Amino acid sequence: MSRQASEASADARVTAPLGRRACEVTRNVPSDGYRIFSALDPDGPEPAAGQFYMLATESGWGSEDGRPYLARAFSVADCERERGGVRLDFLAQDVGPGTARLCELEPGERLWIHGPLGRPFSAPAELNPGAPGAVLVGGGIGVAPLALWRRRLLAAGTPSRVLLGFRDRANSGGLELFDCSEVRLASEDGHRGHRGYVTDLLAVLLEGDDAATAAVYACGPPAMLEAVRVMCADREVPCELAMETPMACGFGACFGCAVPLAGSDGYMRLCVDGPVVRGEEIETALVAGSGH
Amino acid sequence: MTVDLCGIPLRHPILNGSGTFDAIAARRAFGDALLDEFPFSAFVSKTITPEPRAGNPPPRLWETPAGMINSIGLPNKGLDGFLARDLPELAELPVPLIVSVMATSREQFARLVGALAARDEVAAVELNVSCPNVESGLVVGESPEETRALLAELRPLTEKPLIVKLTPNVPTPAPIAVAAQEGGADAVSLINTLRAAAIDPATGAPWLGAERGGLSGPAVRAIALNQVREVAAAVEIAVIGMGGVARGRHAADLLAAGATAVAVGTENFRDPAAGTRIASELDKAA
Repeated sequence: MSRQASEASADARVTAPLGRRACEVTRNVPSDGYRIFSALDPDGPEPAAGQFYMLATESGWGSEDGRPYLARAFSVADCERERGGVRLDFLAQDVGPGTARLCELEPGERLWIHGPLGRPFSAPAELNPGAPGAVLVGGGIGVAPLALWRRRLLAAGTPSRVLLGFRDRANSGGLELFDCSEVRLASEDGHRGHRGYVTDLLAVLLEGDDAATAAVYACGPPAMLEAVRVMCADREVPCELAMETPMACGFGACFGCAVPLAGSDGYMRLCVDGPVVRGEEIETALVAGSGH
Repeated sequence: MTVDLCGIPLRHPILNGSGTFDAIAARRAFGDALLDEFPFSAFVSKTITPEPRAGNPPPRLWETPAGMINSIGLPNKGLDGFLARDLPELAELPVPLIVSVMATSREQFARLVGALAARDEVAAVELNVSCPNVESGLVVGESPEETRALLAELRPLTEKPLIVKLTPNVPTPAPIAVAAQEGGADAVSLINTLRAAAIDPATGAPWLGAERGGLSGPAVRAIALNQVREVAAAVEIAVIGMGGVARGRHAADLLAAGATAVAVGTENFRDPAAGTRIASELDKAA
């Protein structure tokens, strides 16, 4: 493990400080069925878009029935260097004992974090050399990492088209993380935008002449990601998917987050080989949910 | 608080449990800090087997009250892949290397131990005996006779310390530990995970891809403490205690129960620097 070999990863991942650290929660606001909470990381670097953190509260983690016990993996929805550290924004939905506790965080409480972890999104020109910009496809709570990615692309002068889909009004948060005027929406109940799936919007977009030069980035529920993966594979459009599956550690220790590799009987570890993966790397995006 | 573990000097008593920390993957996540602030006084590798293994189909994890069930299935590169690709990287760690091995026959175990005996980078070998011997059908670590016979085969192959990882899935592990000692083992380590299962609430079917797995975390701590006490009272050789250790206090309890060293497992998942923290808490308590 020579020091020269230290940059073994070809991607732009940011390495994390070793160990967990306590961060103060500075905000927790509702967002159409979800919550957006912020923590000030005094010691960490700014993450790359697509990377994630493992989160647990300092107190009240595992009070009833001994759960939650493990930390929970969260993509960064936004971040900003501020006085006193890096502000990290996370988008959460109460779907289990861990997310329930995180959703009730009060400003002033402390959060244990380790990260940033994992493989980030790669630039559109790396994904598809002819790509003039990016197509971002988000579903539900999965819009989070695309918000930071869009901001980073904007800062780099790279245009992006944003397609977001939600189930219904009660599950449609996180829009304020984007500039709404540039976002095209779909909802299954038709309360906003196209009535149907966000992948309907993607299908229309990829019918256009520029499909050959598209670079697609997606994050959302497994069924949505699988639809994006298949649609892009059929049209030979390169895509990156930000995935989620049960994960205990986030840094390659537990081997729990196995995702089947395409064309082999092996698996990747989503925490270190992902969470952002190329569509062609995996056998399927239909993996078990996290049960947060 | 320095420790002598079977002749291997350690700067503190805290190791990692096999399969609970991947130093190579952690190097990618944390960079050089991992070498500068390595959390453990010795590093125990993930179990290697004679041939490569992909591991069990997912899902592989289930959170329980104060713990988790894993059903990982020993994914590894196999002996040749380990020697060629992993060993050179692990040899650069600033601490002694203990390599965990598993096989389904004495001949295959001998192949693993013989190959590792020849490598200066390897300080000791841990035998994962929680698997059936294909010839007898018996789980080696559940049978004193199988354990004694395995050690009799392996002991002549190396002067490096041999550590037997004991399973808790027996009425009492003490007779197995005694058999390991009689066979020439230098140490025993315990506890491995407790057999456990989870049901998918949506379907009523087993949640884990391999249907069952092993329970670890604070949920097993009291069981580990009792088994370490029983084993330490029964053998002269060193005992490496583990099971739900999350604080220095828990490590101190296992040392008080007769352990020479303590391994941290599931807590590593929650805090990658748990080993450093626990060693420091232990030092302050001493």
